Amino acid sequence: MAEPSQAAATREFVENLRHLPRTVKDAWFRLGRVPESEREESQATFHNLFLHIHSVRIHVRSLAPALTLGLGLIATASFVLLCITGVLLMVYYKPSTALAYDSIKDLHYVVFTGRFIRNLHRWSAHVMVIAVFLHMARVFYTASYKRPREFNWLVGLGLLVLTLGLSFTGYLLPYDQLAYWATMIGSNIANSPRELTDAIGITKWFDPGGFQRRLLLGANYVGEDALIRFYVLHVFVLPVLLVTLLSVHFWRIRKDGGLAKPEDAPGGAAEWGGTMKRVFEPLATKTYGLMALVKGRRPPVNRGPENTVMSWPHLFWAELAVFMASTALCLILSFYLDAPLKELANPAVPENPAKAPWYFLGLQELVSYSAFMGGLLIPLITWIGLAMIPFLDRRGGGEGVWFGTPGERRMAWQSLLFGLAAAVGLLALTVNFGWLRSWFPKIHQLWIIAINPGSILVLLYAGWSLGVLRRRNSVRLAAVALFTCFLAGFTVLTYFATVHRGPNWQFYWWPSHWPVH
Amino acid sequence: MPDMSEQRPSRLEPPRIQRRSFLSLAALSSFFGAVSVALAGVLRLPKPAVLPGPVRRFKIGFPDQFAVGSEARFEQETFFVFRDAQGIYAISGVCTHLGCSVARSAQGFACPCHGSRFGATGSIVGGPAPRGLPWLEVGRAADGQLVVYADNEVAAGTRFRV
Repeated sequence: MAEPSQAAATREFVENLRHLPRTVKDAWFRLGRVPESEREESQATFHNLFLHIHSVRIHVRSLAPALTLGLGLIATASFVLLCITGVLLMVYYKPSTALAYDSIKDLHYVVFTGRFIRNLHRWSAHVMVIAVFLHMARVFYTASYKRPREFNWLVGLGLLVLTLGLSFTGYLLPYDQLAYWATMIGSNIANSPRELTDAIGITKWFDPGGFQRRLLLGANYVGEDALIRFYVLHVFVLPVLLVTLLSVHFWRIRKDGGLAKPEDAPGGAAEWGGTMKRVFEPLATKTYGLMALVKGRRPPVNRGPENTVMSWPHLFWAELAVFMASTALCLILSFYLDAPLKELANPAVPENPAKAPWYFLGLQELVSYSAFMGGLLIPLITWIGLAMIPFLDRRGGGEGVWFGTPGERRMAWQSLLFGLAAAVGLLALTVNFGWLRSWFPKIHQLWIIAINPGSILVLLYAGWSLGVLRRRNSVRLAAVALFTCFLAGFTVLTYFATVHRGPNWQFYWWPSHWPVH
Repeated sequence: MPDMSEQRPSRLEPPRIQRRSFLSLAALSSFFGAVSVALAGVLRLPKPAVLPGPVRRFKIGFPDQFAVGSEARFEQETFFVFRDAQGIYAISGVCTHLGCSVARSAQGFACPCHGSRFGATGSIVGGPAPRGLPWLEVGRAADGQLVVYADNEVAAGTRFRV
């Protein structure tokens, strides 16, 4: 073999240089065109880091918009928007009490597209919170938390807490009046175990409330230390935790066998847009392994044909559509509606009324009767109750179908009525006749803590649910009753505190009736 | 040769722990021990060892500036100062419920945030507040001015005689 001459190597080099654009493109886009065969479609999915979290084939039911309403994806899409806009805001935002407010004003009035980006950040946050709540309701009413998905339900509840934590920490950052006083109230709710320890006189030795508050604020007041702590939580700690849990959440979907769905009826293949192909032959006799991913024979397990389609393109089109729709929604909202900014924070004059963001207002209503019960215990009880659902309701059935077991829909309607009536009745009572201290001025603080309208509501709802359990002899129906009641109570309290509470937290029929001062 | 596998473990003759498994256990526990100590250190850091902020001790003027029966509001410092026949006293203006600043009302004090109401001596009258408004220590500085120690609570009814 003769050594290639120097001229040949140079020629080869020049040749490679000439083909550089094409070879780089080939390395980047391995296939270089839209996949045509099912084999190529499957490779498009599992050869791509970002797509391979999906399975190569997906059940047609998972694609039906009416099953999921795309809510999990909407939440994810808004979180992506939040990350992008958040990084852009960080370019100008200065986490210091002297500069924070001015930097937000700069963003609003001076920075090119700054106002729009800030609006987008705010609206995406609202969309995310709404989508997370609705997603939870969707998973509940389609019984998708049932075995083997209990763990993912817990992960989802962790994500709910992180979502609300991100909202709360973001609220302080503009350092305007609303931010300051909402944070003051929030941190004092963290301090509220002191109500209990004070009432039984052990605060000197055991003070979890004070500890929590100092941990949150880094001081005894809302100031520089609190701002930097909230900032670190908001831009680093909580997002990192959220992304971590979100990855687990997605991964579990896959590991738990995709979205919850009922068993396929043997023999029949569901319709999918008229192009449904029966993919796997029933009663196959051979071949394991990757061959099963594409058209052909499947390992003989004891089931009927699977109604699956390729993820590429069906699933990815659907996901892209949801992403684009959520983005469009946030863009439109941000274009027309500005994020509010009040006056610079003034520790001497409280905002009146000082209202938290809407999703905390239900709690704020309860807090206005007693802080420890309304602000800490009832949310904790509710959260633990939600977490226990899949472990108490262990009988299979109805997975992946809205109101899938008999009588569920009716039970949901009845419980909705009961939940609304109980919450509205209780609020009407407190508005018209006051609460404990109006009736018994000398009442002991322990009673004030224990008997909050919220605790009454929890008892009523629990009683209703236990009644359903006994009457209907079904854990699932009792769970539906309880969940629906809490949803109704949450909605009523949130609406009531948003619309009907004015200055001095007094009742008004409408914000336009608030006194002018 | 006796078959060792026949020997069944009993409470009186537990199976011997192998040196190897003992060492692995020790290594694992030292690892987890180190991780938990490190974690405790990480979590201990955010707990403030020193609480920042100025000392809340305010000179409010000379005693003759406060006539008997008068009252004064110190808005930035968030307390009220009163003088009656027995002496001078200061009541905190921070609501014990969730920390809003209270305002004077016909009855005594009222909180704008969640409707807590207090009597003329700061005692709790209505609303969600867990206790009355704290009375603050009043003293006199070397130059003769009155000083309110806003961080020091005193029993309700404690007056500074001038």
